[in-house]
Amino acid sequence: MGMNMTEKILARHAGLDAVTAGQLIFCRLDMVLANDVTAPPAIKEFEKIGRPVFDNTKIALVPDHFTPNKDIKAAGLAKTVREFAKKHSIKNYFEIGRVGIEHVILPEKGIVGPGMLTIGADSHTCTYGAVNGFSTGVGSTDLGVAMATGEAWFKVPKAIKVVLTGKKPKHICGKDVILTLIGMIGVDGALYKAIEFAGEGVAELTMTDRLTISNMAIEAGGKNGIFPFDDITREYVEGRVQQPYEAVAPDEDAVYERVVEIDLSQLTPVVAFPHLPGNTHPVAEIGEIKIDQVVIGSCTNGRLEDLQQAAEILRGHNVHPDVRCIVIPGSQQVYLEAMKAGYVETFINAGAAVSTPTCGPCLGAHMGILAAGEKAVSTTNRNFRGRMGHVDSEVYLAGPYVAAASAVLGRIAVPEEVK
Amino acid sequence: MSLEGKVWRYGDNIDTDVIIPARYLNSFEPKELAAHCMEDSDEHQEASFAANVAAGDVMVGGRNFGCGSSREHAPVAIKASGVPVVIAADFARIFYRNGINIGLPLLEIGSDVEKISHGDKLRVDTATGMIENLTTGDVFHAQPLPGFVQDIAKAGGLINYIKEKR
Ligand code: SF4
Repeated sequence: MGMNMTEKILARHAGLDAVTAGQLIFCRLDMVLANDVTAPPAIKEFEKIGRPVFDNTKIALVPDHFTPNKDIKAAGLAKTVREFAKKHSIKNYFEIGRVGIEHVILPEKGIVGPGMLTIGADSHTCTYGAVNGFSTGVGSTDLGVAMATGEAWFKVPKAIKVVLTGKKPKHICGKDVILTLIGMIGVDGALYKAIEFAGEGVAELTMTDRLTISNMAIEAGGKNGIFPFDDITREYVEGRVQQPYEAVAPDEDAVYERVVEIDLSQLTPVVAFPHLPGNTHPVAEIGEIKIDQVVIGSCTNGRLEDLQQAAEILRGHNVHPDVRCIVIPGSQQVYLEAMKAGYVETFINAGAAVSTPTCGPCLGAHMGILAAGEKAVSTTNRNFRGRMGHVDSEVYLAGPYVAAASAVLGRIAVPEEVK
Repeated sequence: MSLEGKVWRYGDNIDTDVIIPARYLNSFEPKELAAHCMEDSDEHQEASFAANVAAGDVMVGGRNFGCGSSREHAPVAIKASGVPVVIAADFARIFYRNGINIGLPLLEIGSDVEKISHGDKLRVDTATGMIENLTTGDVFHAQPLPGFVQDIAKAGGLINYIKEKR
């Protein structure tokens, strides 16, 4: 019986020739990740075990959630992480001014790559499926144990195959693909399952599109969301990923529990209504929804290409007088490149606020909290009740084109409406 | 372990932002988290969970309980509220792992969950997975935990398990 990509990576890391869905295994880990919210409790658990770190080059600590420190307690959390990193000589620790959002910088710096197995104490760790790795989110206890042992337990998931066909129309981005998929299968449509992408449509997707799509696999309940390795992957990882890697491809007779097809040529810009990422609606059909804030950034859409799309719409326009538009580059490198390309100037000329990389408003931490009754269009990945502030505020999820168009028009809009 | 408790019933897709909002994640002190547990829920606003939960009360949710973030603060907040077990149709996977890893038993009973209402009294045996609804007389059986996951639960969580194992 053939194996899919997820099974191959898991088998390889468990030291087994083959695994099948449902099997419980212990795997060796290539990378272990935590942030300023999840590392401190993980460190507490780690210390209970009383062992050194398993490998100081295979742990990444990224203080991105409440940084630059939003309050005294958050400063304490960041300090705990910093001191731990120093004590154990953690190679991949990123200080403010050199940091970015974890799921933007790990692929960007080549810390994660094809065939690698990564766990992170952050649910959007599934992002690295875009570069043909297996990666998934865990909690702090798993993470604490992993930092000591370099291992974690897994149940081999069943898999769903998503076959992409057709050509991607103008102004359609990865966000439209994934929101459409979650709208089709539901927020628990892939519960406990692997999502594997396939089909000729994969070649239509840039690495930025793929990172956005894999990032939101968890929003369908998925354990991971993995893309095959192709020329686009090779071009992205070459020169970035330093250690040797081994890409994976599914066997011809790989087993999938379900197959879902998406014809990219049929996609239109979509938005997910509050309070679930699966409440997907075509923007063209929603009527007039006035908004108060737009957030462009996050681990979902905070990369250079995302900012380029937003800048394309905002260039020569002003943010609507009733709207606050906040743009947050996902990493220092993205910030710098966006400056060189003139995007930052475009944002500032349009009347947007541009911030240093941080998760900030995405999780309602700081840098753009919503008041009661306010509505935001956001390129982030979750629109749960209260996610961005007051419990009676609302978040609509969209890609950078729709978010930027909405910022200009003061209501949720498709990019073509900005003349 | 057999226990009896009153039910706090919640719906489908209870997410971790509802269980413990991000604004409280600047602490991981269990008691502090418990004080804000379920604070943003639409349900039971007349008598909030945090202020009215009694030690031994059981939390019961619908489908995809615990979806969203990987924050272990969520099961920790529930456990620190005195809730000894959570029952749902099914759980989001990171929440499920975290529950097992911190020693909070989680039982999945699929659509049988519809036969449990807010305020019902349950008798739960976390080892066998047998659940009796003492209010209605219904009896349900949850899937037992598989393989070494049961050993992790028995050890009281992953840390103890690892310490015992190696
Ligand atoms: S940007 Fe948002 S979703 Fe991404 S890691 Fe930060 S808080 Fe999580």
